[in-house]
Amino acid sequence: MSETRCVALTVNGEHREAETPVRQHLADFLRGTLGLTGTHVGCEHGVCGACTVLVDGHAVRACLMLAVQAAGHEVTTVEGLSLADGTLHPLQQAFCDHHGLQCGFCTPGMLITLVEFLAEHPAPSEEEVRVAISGNVCRCTGYDSIVAAALAAARALRGDAA
Amino acid sequence: MNVGRLVGRDVARVEDAALIRGRGRFVDDIAPAGLLHTAFLRSPHAHARILRIDVAAARALPGVHAVLLLDDLRPHLTDTRLVVALPSPSYRLDLHRPVLAETEVVHVGEALAVVIAESRYRAEDALALIEVEYESLPAVADCDDALAPDAPPAHSWAASNLAAEMTVAYGDVEAVFAAAPHRFAETLHIHRGGSHSMECRGVVALHDVIEDRLTVWSSTQTPHTAKRLICDLLGMDETRLRVVTPDLGGGFGPKLIFYPEEVVVALAARLLGRPVKWIEDRQEHFVSTTQERDQTWRVELATDAEGRILGVRGDLVHDHGAWTARGVNVPQGAVAAMPLAYVVPAFRMTIRAAVTNKVPVTPVRGAGQPQGVFAMERLLDCAARELGLDRAEIRRRNLVSAEHMPYATPLKTRGGIPVTLDSGDYPRCQQMALDEIGWAGFAERQRIALAEGRHIGIGVANYVEGTGRGPFEHVSVRVEPSGRIMVATGAAAMGQSTRTMLAQIVAEQLGANMANVEVITGDTAAAPIGIGGSNSRQAVLAGSSAHVAALKVREKVLAIAGEMLEVAADDLEIEDKAVRVKGAPGLSVTLASIARAAAGQPGFMIPGGRGPGVAASEEVVIDAMAYANGTAAAEVEVDVETGAVTITRLVFSHDCGRALHPRIVDGQLMGGIAHGIGNALFEHMRFDDQAQPISTTLADYLLVTATEMPPVRILHMHSPTPLNPLGIKGVGEAGVIPIPAAIAAAVEDALSPFAAHVCRVPLSPVDVIAMIDPVPEGSA
Repeated sequence: MSETRCVALTVNGEHREAETPVRQHLADFLRGTLGLTGTHVGCEHGVCGACTVLVDGHAVRACLMLAVQAAGHEVTTVEGLSLADGTLHPLQQAFCDHHGLQCGFCTPGMLITLVEFLAEHPAPSEEEVRVAISGNVCRCTGYDSIVAAALAAARALRGDAA
Repeated sequence: MNVGRLVGRDVARVEDAALIRGRGRFVDDIAPAGLLHTAFLRSPHAHARILRIDVAAARALPGVHAVLLLDDLRPHLTDTRLVVALPSPSYRLDLHRPVLAETEVVHVGEALAVVIAESRYRAEDALALIEVEYESLPAVADCDDALAPDAPPAHSWAASNLAAEMTVAYGDVEAVFAAAPHRFAETLHIHRGGSHSMECRGVVALHDVIEDRLTVWSSTQTPHTAKRLICDLLGMDETRLRVVTPDLGGGFGPKLIFYPEEVVVALAARLLGRPVKWIEDRQEHFVSTTQERDQTWRVELATDAEGRILGVRGDLVHDHGAWTARGVNVPQGAVAAMPLAYVVPAFRMTIRAAVTNKVPVTPVRGAGQPQGVFAMERLLDCAARELGLDRAEIRRRNLVSAEHMPYATPLKTRGGIPVTLDSGDYPRCQQMALDEIGWAGFAERQRIALAEGRHIGIGVANYVEGTGRGPFEHVSVRVEPSGRIMVATGAAAMGQSTRTMLAQIVAEQLGANMANVEVITGDTAAAPIGIGGSNSRQAVLAGSSAHVAALKVREKVLAIAGEMLEVAADDLEIEDKAVRVKGAPGLSVTLASIARAAAGQPGFMIPGGRGPGVAASEEVVIDAMAYANGTAAAEVEVDVETGAVTITRLVFSHDCGRALHPRIVDGQLMGGIAHGIGNALFEHMRFDDQAQPISTTLADYLLVTATEMPPVRILHMHSPTPLNPLGIKGVGEAGVIPIPAAIAAAVEDALSPFAAHVCRVPLSPVDVIAMIDPVPEGSA
């Protein structure tokens, strides 16, 4: 029950190796083993979306994936979104500009979900953005400010004037 | 409206820089070296006697450091109960919950043992090894049934299930009803669920053996209360304990309560000499974090022939849950909110709080007010229908008008303070919402839609909310020798931009550079006293204290600078980190040098003649509540085949006085509106008839997501309250309050061809279909 494995993976562009119990889920591994506490755990049954991270560019629920399953893969968390010099990702900047976060607990999952979505849909409609984040629960904002931020970020990423 | 350099403007939030990068510090992010993890054994029974607990196998599991029962904790506790009830003469039973259950469990989820182990995974392994022998007892699942004469007791020792009873009354209600030309009655079943902050609860405790000091980080909205209770329960000197509220991932009410886990984790850290952490998981949140639930309202309205209110009466049965974790403030707040927007000459509501074998009930965002508003607005819709009046018109005739202000009602708050509506123009606020949603032309739109086979409806609801519950909140403002401005408060932030709000107010007076202001919230080491977050109170109370303290510091800064620069204080201005002579910006002295001068040198006089230091500490006392108001108007379309309700438009007009930060005000309202939509259509904490919870995942208990949100238009009025120096009223809960009532009215209107009568929320599709087709085909 407490068997462990060493997993090697890439997290936010860095090679990481660590011992993990085989039953530990990826969110606990990122938070507890690697100390990347930006990924939040809200329900641990795959509904709330707070723990969403990118695995090989795809948004996944880190509470529904075991750490050992991430071996050899490339993981991106919220800590990996901004540039090394601290410059925010356009989505992060748009969330700040549009009051897209209040308590900030759902925010990392929202950002990661939208990073994947905007990569695939650079010019989404408001309705498409709503569907894209419909698997991420926010209890603070009522979502409108998040949707506004996502649309503004899409414009910025396309190079349109905000 | 009065807009300052910062106050009243959409300045950047000070919270965002860390949170947006994933660098917040939530309680589960705190991981001191040597940390141990806990898991609580929770009752699977709603009501049972505990015959035997065997923890031997759990204790023997490698990696387990301790398995503790109440008996193990007792020698270290001054009391084995949490005595936390607000004062009230209404209690009929003492229901102080135990630190851990010992002889009887009274709700599913009640904790009876704690395992402390090297990891949470290992602690949960050990839970599975604890053997408990229970003797099942009859469970009370329904608050109405609980008060029946033959109901089994929810606590085996109790003579009845009546936790509390009280009557809120004024005027000669019996005479009014006896003589009234029209009387309308409703029986309403109103349910609200949990808060479901996205972050569940958690506690981390660290015992510093060198100084014998305990630090407790708890996801609490009330750190000073938590400190007092932990000191009391553990018999600790106040100087040995610090309670800190780290970043909170939402609060919404239940985190203002003091919980057993907070004292157990604090004690475990002392006993084991290791830091200890407990983090609630979502399933635990459903069964151990307090919630609001069921109320049954049997109410009557008396009017004259023109629909003017003569009186309101009735009784309210309230699901109290198994313990008194806060008091009777939810049903009391519900009844208090009921008549508030209207002129109601006579009023009598009886409240009975019924003990059930469920999680204790305490306030969730809105704190009973949505229920009281729902009851009043349903009665008004009923009266309008029966009297043939337009639903907005009957409200217009009864709303407290601007000419009435200030309007002294005969009501008193729970603390005995008179309820006086201080400011506002309620009829105009309603009219704004009606105009925006197109109320006047709706009947025609509805007729056309119906001809196309579409069922659309419209509804309106008003609320008046008591905000800013006193008596005070502590704020200190200090200019440090670095020139930085330190602000510390007893207010606790839970995501509603409290630090931004205080930085804005303080920087307004002291240089207008928010980056030069550091705000510490929710830390008992930084603020000697405090009340914390609840009742939409922190902008009102902490904001007022911050404003007054900042003005005092400003006066002192200018006096010292005046002496240093040899000019009159009136000729000076504070800009960024310096004080300069107006019109001669080259002539200036920095805040740092002012603070250093005021810090004193042995044998030298302090400049400015106002004593040492550049600091002020304030607890502005405001006993009376500031009454905010608003109107929600909703338009819905109901699919009469599936029972699905789509909100097609929602207008929210409101008045929270002066808005400190318009964008944050909108954000607070939108969050509340989303919560209100959940309460109207989705959120249902379900139990079976044995009080077993059956909606304990977020797949069963539905929170509103982005796709359920309708187009929302928020309209603002700004009637400053005279009760505080900034003219502000609270806004944290406003959004939720009128939404269930407005949506229920709209659904009823949409289903008027079926003579539907909405007398409950939430309205699931099954409930909607039942109104359309009360006797399903084939069931006769």
